[in-house]
Amino acid sequence: MSTKAIEIHDLKKIYGGQFTALKGISFDVEEGDFLALLGPNGAGKSTTIGVICSLVNKTSGSVKVFGHSIDNELEAAKRCIGLVPQEFNFSQFETCLQIVVNQAGYYGVPRKLATQRAEVVLKQLSLWEKRNTPSRELSGGMKRRLMIARALIHEPKILILDEPTAGVDIEIRRSMWEFLTELNKQGTTIVLTTHYLEEAEQLCRRIAIINQGEIIENTSMKDIISRLDVETFVLDIDSMPEKFPEINSVTFRQRDDTSIEVDIPKGISLNLIFSWLSEQNIQVSSMRNKSNRLEELFVKLTENAA
Amino acid sequence: MYNKQAFIALYSILAKEVSRYFRIWVQTLLPPAITMTLYFVIFGQLIGSRIGDMDGVSYIEYITPGIIMMSVITNSYSNVVSSFFSAKFQRSIEEMLVSPVPTLFILMGYIFGGVSRGLLTGIIVTIVASQFVDFKIHSWPILFFVVTLTSMLFATGGLVNAIFAKKFDDISIVPTFILTPLTYLGGVFYSIKLLPEFWQNVSLGNPILYMVNAFRYGFLGFSDINITHALILISCFIIALLSLAYYLLQKGIGIRS
Repeated sequence: MSTKAIEIHDLKKIYGGQFTALKGISFDVEEGDFLALLGPNGAGKSTTIGVICSLVNKTSGSVKVFGHSIDNELEAAKRCIGLVPQEFNFSQFETCLQIVVNQAGYYGVPRKLATQRAEVVLKQLSLWEKRNTPSRELSGGMKRRLMIARALIHEPKILILDEPTAGVDIEIRRSMWEFLTELNKQGTTIVLTTHYLEEAEQLCRRIAIINQGEIIENTSMKDIISRLDVETFVLDIDSMPEKFPEINSVTFRQRDDTSIEVDIPKGISLNLIFSWLSEQNIQVSSMRNKSNRLEELFVKLTENAA
Repeated sequence: MYNKQAFIALYSILAKEVSRYFRIWVQTLLPPAITMTLYFVIFGQLIGSRIGDMDGVSYIEYITPGIIMMSVITNSYSNVVSSFFSAKFQRSIEEMLVSPVPTLFILMGYIFGGVSRGLLTGIIVTIVASQFVDFKIHSWPILFFVVTLTSMLFATGGLVNAIFAKKFDDISIVPTFILTPLTYLGGVFYSIKLLPEFWQNVSLGNPILYMVNAFRYGFLGFSDINITHALILISCFIIALLSLAYYLLQKGIGIRS
């Protein structure tokens, strides 16, 4: 039987006695898992993370981290978690090395060992050259990586990242994906919130969708992707047909003078579309997905819940 | 139960605090030396020489303990209030909140940081004073005890102020409108025996009067206030403020949602 990294049961959070951010959510994260926690802005993602990491006081319910309740074994629970928050939250005046070594100290790691670990983790995240640079002088991507380094310095069993790639360029985002994938392979459980659904699809094995303070989906990524029944493609063509054919349940739409959109239900071969276009002497110069597949499902699920 | 790890965490907070005020020494350690030099030159030598003796000692000798204490109070308070509020403002306080540092050790880390700056400033001002006055020490234990307790008291006060503060204005209101007037009216520059009886009694309601006089006793061996009463009062204030600060931190007031 696998160990639960996080167990959340009937968790409620009401801010100021008025705004209900969490309406009694329950979900588990298995040890070694890579979970995406998705939801629109204000859905309750950051509140959930805040409660797990004891930055937000819960109203009711229970949270356990590797079996340690945050109500009566808070220190043990905290030792298991590394948090990468959404906003930069380190001192602007301290250097990278000071930030990471001090954080290790808060977890009781002796100074000498903390300095050794800091060298390893800062090198892994390509920040070692910047170790004596005050954090305010780092670029946005470096600051994100510094927060990951800081979160890993006490070797947590679970890493929680709240939108870690927000505002970073594609190259850095992809290198962070590789880093996180490798970290997960080495056994660290990872929980990630993100607005980039492509990121969730690429990285995570499980997905939980939260909307208006409620968990509306909690399943494997494979399962949720299998529920997609229609994919939309954009085709760039050299001439526009006079009218579109009726092929099974395929729907055609004209986008502009040189491109069309085609909705293709699952199980229908793309060859049918290309055969028809060939018959019409229409050349296809390029083809692409209109939108991220997960995004479509996400919009559908959150719309249904609303 | 607090283990070795908690003490490593305490050391880390203290190291962070000490390195902070050394990093900005031009703002933290230099100004008291310059300001207090001016006090000694103007009030001690220029004006003081015309005032004559006070309670049997020269005026400059009389005001020296009060001036040292004034810098200790101001620096202990301002170190913690600005450091803690800035940690709240930059949200770097979350580094400690997510970690397993016990609340008591966060409290101690900030207070010890404030005390260390208060005492260091006190030493700097004492060195400055030694250039102007040839003072003697009546009681080292009382001197050390009073200055440490007073520094601790105002460091804790700074922490409570920072916990409640929501904007930068809020951390300057108490020092400007409460601390400075109470310090100047706390017998730093005069003996309350010079005041009419009514104002003497009003002055007895000023806690800083007790600290300045207890400290003066350590230097000169006399005081307007009973030294035992002063020590009891300082201790009571410390217990009350420490309890309040611990409660506020434990509840997460001002720092947790």
